[in-house]
Amino acid sequence: MIRYLLILKLVFLTIVPTAWSLDWENALKQLGDKKFAQVETAVKALGRSDDQRAKALLETMLENKLYQMKRSKSLVRAEGKRNDFKTYDVFTGEELASGVKKRELKRIRVNNRIRSTLKNSLARIALSDSNPESRKEAAENLREGDPKEVTPLLKQALLDEKSEGVRKSLRFSLATLQIKHPDPEIRRESLRLLSGSLEPEVKNLLITALEKNSDGTWIESEADIRERIAKELENIDFWEDIYGGVKTLFFGVSLGSVLLLAAIGLAVTFGVMGVINMAHGEMLMLGAYTTFVVQQLFPNLVEYSLLISIPAAFLVAGCVGILLERTVIRLLYGRPLETLLATFGVSLFLQQTVRSIFGPLNQNVLTPSWMQGTLEINPLLSLTYNRLTIIIFVPLVLATLLVLLKNSHFGLEMRAVTQNRRMAGAMGIRSDQIDALTFGLGSGIAGIGGVALSQLTNVGPNLGQSYIIDSFMVVVFGGVGNLWGTFFGAMILGLANKLLEPFAGAVAAKILVLVLIILFLQKRPRGMFALRGRSIES
Amino acid sequence: MKLKVFSSVVKHVLLTGFAGLAFTLAQAADTIKVGVLHSLSGTLAISETTLKDVVLMLVDEQNKKGGLLGKQLEAVVVDPASDWPLFAEKARELISAEETDVIFGCWTSVSRKSVLPVFEELNGLLFYPVQYEGEESSKNVFYTGAAPNQQAIPAVNYLMGELGVERWVLAGTDYVYPRTTNKILEQYLKDSGVAASDIMINYTPFGHSDWQTIVSEIKTFGSEGKKTAVVSTINGDANVPFYKELGNQGISAEDIPVVAFSVGEEELSGIDTEPLVGHLAAWNYFMSADADVNYDFIEKWHAFIGNEERVTNDPMEAHYIGFNMWVEAVEKAGTTDVDAVREAMYGLTYPNLTGGTAVMNTNHHLTKPVLIGEIQADGQFETVWQTPGGVIGDAWSDFLPDSKPIVADWTSPISCGNYNISTGKCSGQNY
Repeated sequence: MIRYLLILKLVFLTIVPTAWSLDWENALKQLGDKKFAQVETAVKALGRSDDQRAKALLETMLENKLYQMKRSKSLVRAEGKRNDFKTYDVFTGEELASGVKKRELKRIRVNNRIRSTLKNSLARIALSDSNPESRKEAAENLREGDPKEVTPLLKQALLDEKSEGVRKSLRFSLATLQIKHPDPEIRRESLRLLSGSLEPEVKNLLITALEKNSDGTWIESEADIRERIAKELENIDFWEDIYGGVKTLFFGVSLGSVLLLAAIGLAVTFGVMGVINMAHGEMLMLGAYTTFVVQQLFPNLVEYSLLISIPAAFLVAGCVGILLERTVIRLLYGRPLETLLATFGVSLFLQQTVRSIFGPLNQNVLTPSWMQGTLEINPLLSLTYNRLTIIIFVPLVLATLLVLLKNSHFGLEMRAVTQNRRMAGAMGIRSDQIDALTFGLGSGIAGIGGVALSQLTNVGPNLGQSYIIDSFMVVVFGGVGNLWGTFFGAMILGLANKLLEPFAGAVAAKILVLVLIILFLQKRPRGMFALRGRSIES
Repeated sequence: MKLKVFSSVVKHVLLTGFAGLAFTLAQAADTIKVGVLHSLSGTLAISETTLKDVVLMLVDEQNKKGGLLGKQLEAVVVDPASDWPLFAEKARELISAEETDVIFGCWTSVSRKSVLPVFEELNGLLFYPVQYEGEESSKNVFYTGAAPNQQAIPAVNYLMGELGVERWVLAGTDYVYPRTTNKILEQYLKDSGVAASDIMINYTPFGHSDWQTIVSEIKTFGSEGKKTAVVSTINGDANVPFYKELGNQGISAEDIPVVAFSVGEEELSGIDTEPLVGHLAAWNYFMSADADVNYDFIEKWHAFIGNEERVTNDPMEAHYIGFNMWVEAVEKAGTTDVDAVREAMYGLTYPNLTGGTAVMNTNHHLTKPVLIGEIQADGQFETVWQTPGGVIGDAWSDFLPDSKPIVADWTSPISCGNYNISTGKCSGQNY
């Protein structure tokens, strides 16, 4: 007996001190450990300690700004780059030193696992935050933690919590953790709370709850609960199908909008004027680069930079367009092959010019915060803000262009020149001026398209290349010379692409769409909305 | 009349004399020529221009140290303009017309494949600095980038071991490097006990920019209860819209980490990396490597390029190692003769920029450490894991049934780039 006691004592002596030594100071030391497992224990210990300083420390660490001075081993918050770091006290925020070199600092490393541990620990701290919003978020974040640890925490919080909204989140989180509770009453209650939720993790929970044990018995012993779970799953599947469809539709419309944006300028230069402009893509690129330059010029106005860029890009691309028309295209009217070759040359020239000025690397165009993130309608359907903005933006551009063509004096003259150049000349319209302005208009609109594209894709010298084929495809498919044709063409191609993609894959979908267009053009060589009239026949 | 004849004779003599003089002058200024075969225009210029600058910097530095074999080095730069046939033409020009002693160049596998016949025909010497799909070992090429076992396999091991990933999305651009790498990875995953239903393979065209559907598929695939990761062999330009879409659809690295094999510091310099923090990349070098030799290299690079903002990346390190090894081999061999230099290369060691040592093996691949890094908000990578020592580059993957029995060894008795150990035969083709 005494022997057993001795062993027990020995065990205690070895365990207890290590457990207790994980105090504040030691945990701090362990943060700089090479092994992430050690760091993780340290973070957990810090999160569990009721020390008020933990929050600032862990937040700094999550921001990746926690460093250890190589010489003194002390922890600091550091900001800056290479040879010019400023160090601050982690807890008070007081500045300690400046001009610190990278070589003197060692970053406290954080990987994905540590990051989620940090978030979890911070959520635990935030559970007693004074702001109900952060308490609510904390309740949601804690769902991913270790159930054994988190369940009592949530229960305690539920007892203390006054705000009804937070209580709801707490109860919901608790329910996800208790769906396999041994007491069937608690399981029923949990299921009731989870009912109607479309969260993917709820679905996964329910699926695992419906599985059988290895000995063939149900994990869920109560038949009535099983039945309710099955019904719940059916409901989730139903909504998944519906929202899946809505999502595909949204993707299609958004791809269509991008295509339209790229093609709408070409619809003017190629569609209305009949110029095969291979440099159209470069007008898009110029627009995108204008956005970049605007952001460089006004670094404080990132939120509004796009609004400034739209007129700026229109002017830049428009002027280049007019210059191009006056110097090259004017001399080649009526000779489509030569125009094609000459504008292709111009496109290479523009690319290399941009490459020489800005360098061959892609430029980092910032996205204003109002275009970042998603509009979450429900857990199954969330729409990205940048795509939504473009979907709204495109019809505005199209409508403006339509009004300009149909209701303005310039539009009238332009239509007159394209329909019958000599007659228009006889009426006193200076057709060469109108040509230059029309081409400038088309190019300028392409520039506006470039501003939008800068938010979606690379801003580099090759930006235009990836859109030129698609643009021609849209214009030809929609019917040359008709803006509505371009609109419907872009939307149909976008939708067709996105409807085919889930089944056929991205590569095959693209090929299939091309084949369909070729077949369609066999049947209707002039595209969907063919213009009729004498001018076309000639 | 006579005078005229006389004067023309004088002229002739003078001219030949000048020509002769010029000839001797050229002899006196004899240099060792280093060819640079990197695209300065076209789609690949984005990645390759930097590599050209690195070679120029290394040549410059070597000349300051007194050149090589008592001669100065001279860089000959040509522009293959991202055009495959032009790569072969320019390679021929560099070897036969310019008579360069060594060439540093190429980027994509296609460009390498298109110059291979030229190098083998004219017995040139190429240093290829990019990670590639393997399944090749030419007598005339030294592969200083990573083979799949130095990048892809360790990355998958990390995800499996450290992050407990059970479901895999293999996403790539539709061409030879991703297809071969994914074939190797798929086999490797299946051998490790991953069910076929837990592997999703997806290919997209070059420069794909509309990632909505694919990212949403990945999101659904990853929300089915098992920890999911994306292994991305998506090429260059398509990465930016891919990562943007990931960020916009709210997929964070803690939910579904993406490990990429073609995304380095340079690719990240064109993106706002704030939403990408925690996504991974596997390379043999990161600019953030905490080694004095690396800090020195970065300082030299910034001084040479005159811009403090420029980053360094893995292919640059590959050129750094390749160039310095070539210099040592030439000194060891006492000549720039291709065969002698090649022999001298085997077993050479040179300190790499991450604080270890690179070794050139007889299969023309390097021994390098493998680093896994996570993207940081400042566009840099933080090394989160690395192999304890160097990994020997394996030219022929052991995870493909066809290439399993094949080895490359350019020393006798094998002296072959694809020697089949089960049949004991060296296959007819040279690579």
